[in-house]
Amino acid sequence: MTAVTMAQALNTALRDALREDERVLVFGEDVGPLGGVFRITDGLTKEFGEERCFDTPLAESGIVGLAVGMAMGGFRPVVEMQFDAFAYPAFEQIASHVAKLRNRTRGRLSLPLVIRIPYAGGIGGVEHHCDSSEAYYAHTPGLKVVTPATVEDAYWLLRDAIADPDPVVFMEPKRLYWSKEEAALDARGARPFGQAVARREGRDATLVAYGPSVPVALQAAEVAAQDGIALEVVDLRTLVPFDDATVTDSVRRTGRCVVIQEAQGFAGVAAEIAARVQERCFHSLAAPVLRVTGFDIPYPPPKLEHAHLPGVDRVLDAVDRLQFDDEPDVLHLAQEAS
Amino acid sequence: MSVKALRQAVDSLLPSLVPVRFAAENGTAVKSPGAYTAPSDELLREAYRRMILGRRFDTQATALTKQGRLAVYPSSRGQEACQIAGVLALREDDWLFPTYRDSVALVSRGIDPVEVLTLLQGGWHCGYDPAATRVAPQCTPLATQTIHAVGMAEALRRKGEDSIAMAFIGDGGTSEGDFHEALNSAAVLRAPVVFLVQNNQYAISVPLAKQTVAPALAYKGIGYGVRSEQVDGNDLVAMLSVLTAAVEHVRSGQGPFLVEAHTYRMDAHTNADDATRYRQAAEVEKWESADPVARLETYLRGRGVIGDEDVEAARTAAEAFAAQVRAGMNAETEADPFELFDHVFAEPTPQLREQRALLASELHAQED
Repeated sequence: MTAVTMAQALNTALRDALREDERVLVFGEDVGPLGGVFRITDGLTKEFGEERCFDTPLAESGIVGLAVGMAMGGFRPVVEMQFDAFAYPAFEQIASHVAKLRNRTRGRLSLPLVIRIPYAGGIGGVEHHCDSSEAYYAHTPGLKVVTPATVEDAYWLLRDAIADPDPVVFMEPKRLYWSKEEAALDARGARPFGQAVARREGRDATLVAYGPSVPVALQAAEVAAQDGIALEVVDLRTLVPFDDATVTDSVRRTGRCVVIQEAQGFAGVAAEIAARVQERCFHSLAAPVLRVTGFDIPYPPPKLEHAHLPGVDRVLDAVDRLQFDDEPDVLHLAQEAS
Repeated sequence: MSVKALRQAVDSLLPSLVPVRFAAENGTAVKSPGAYTAPSDELLREAYRRMILGRRFDTQATALTKQGRLAVYPSSRGQEACQIAGVLALREDDWLFPTYRDSVALVSRGIDPVEVLTLLQGGWHCGYDPAATRVAPQCTPLATQTIHAVGMAEALRRKGEDSIAMAFIGDGGTSEGDFHEALNSAAVLRAPVVFLVQNNQYAISVPLAKQTVAPALAYKGIGYGVRSEQVDGNDLVAMLSVLTAAVEHVRSGQGPFLVEAHTYRMDAHTNADDATRYRQAAEVEKWESADPVARLETYLRGRGVIGDEDVEAARTAAEAFAAQVRAGMNAETEADPFELFDHVFAEPTPQLREQRALLASELHAQED
């Protein structure tokens, strides 16, 4: 086992995919000799040549459209959108073609392509560099939406995404790029694509998180444990397909649930999860399902992002509101009345 | 680069000052059609048969909208020369990326007319097999297909096939960003792709003058380093000559080629549109006299390429084809609602399986 960063794990995943399958191609803006602005494609052009990893004109719709045509032609393109908000020009291609071509053609054409998007904030990025855009994609039928939270998951989820017969929007939490773990990238272990995983077990409440919010949830669980509250942390890994079973099983055991997302809250992924949990676990719930999210504001400037991002305190405040204290309150009121 | 070399480089990209034309509007041969080689008589006879068939198919499809057999039909009438020349310039192993207005091209490519009309009849979004026919689904979002054609062309080149891609687009579509991204990417990659702009003068109701002030749409090519040409789009002979040269250009690895065909949409945007709200009858009548089918017939008769027998045979075949289209479209087909869940992903997600079961119980309850 060696210490590996998430950026290195993603780079290794691309390298291994390029090596194992000659249909795999990597292209986008600055992904060639520069290795991408986050260096995720570092060294790939040198090792595999301009034919396999290449810079394109600066045109996101064109990049995704090119990937559509090349996937129709038998290749497996992995394209990079440089930042979350810079992927918006490609949204028509993604929503109207990437997501729909299989369905439009009754399965006669498929698009095994991956759109990698560094997303979310926490790195002091200026405007247009920190959006959490996952809900747009998750809301679009026909797209798989993946976001890793650990180094090993970054490697294996990207390998799975590239091997998948369907298009995958692969959202990389950019503030975790430099997170380091002792990781064995060559041992797959049991990590089926489409399954969530409990990163920490606990009996008192379930924290559901994904991508950049998973480390926040784990820290919150660590702090809560000091107060004797055992929080379970479920890392979704894939937003689509969504693993209802793992989430439901956990909440039915704990009876309480907080869903965490960094994105603005309104009409977000956490809202969908909260609805699904209460639909499936109503009789097991001792408290309303709560959401911990960013505020419904455009992403703040760097000096103010700390005020927006859901951190450990906001998570613990939500845990406090899970009505662990109903009984004492009632007693207190009864005493006052007497 | 010397000024002379630069001049040559620029000139090599620019279109002819006036559209290339072999047959005048009255069907007589023009004196000097320029540098392009006329197609063989045999190919022109085939083109004529397809023009008669294509026109008949188009009027049949319009008639089917009136009978409620088609939800909507965007007519190709007036644009047959563009579409049929496009198809004839391609080999079977070349790829075509059509728009919703290119049904005549698809029929000419040999796709079953019922499968062509599936989209407009409302049974599914695409009725034919794109992989088997090498024809992409008819594209509705404007210009988005042009960049797919570039990607496909690049894929074909990388696989060592000498097949190419051709994208159809309209005049309105040239204002969309994807058209420009496609031209630029194709040029940078030297992708073997031909862009055919059918400039039919209207984007629904908006005339060309409100779309661009460029001298011609063909001039959109030079800014990207793309070789360009403009053609009389109602002259099948000119269309086929230029497109054959364009296909040869891209097949031989010289990079993409942009062709603008000056034509006219004789009918409204679709049967649901009312063209009298935005254009004058006199304008339409002017273009009636430039009709591509009549012009080709006069031109070929005048040169002795076809005679009465050929005309009669083509019309008989077209009538038989129209009857086949009517029969196919009048056959009641059952659409399977459960298929709605089958092709979202290669394997349905658990949620899609649940929703499929929900629909099954709804339909079951309705039966009771």
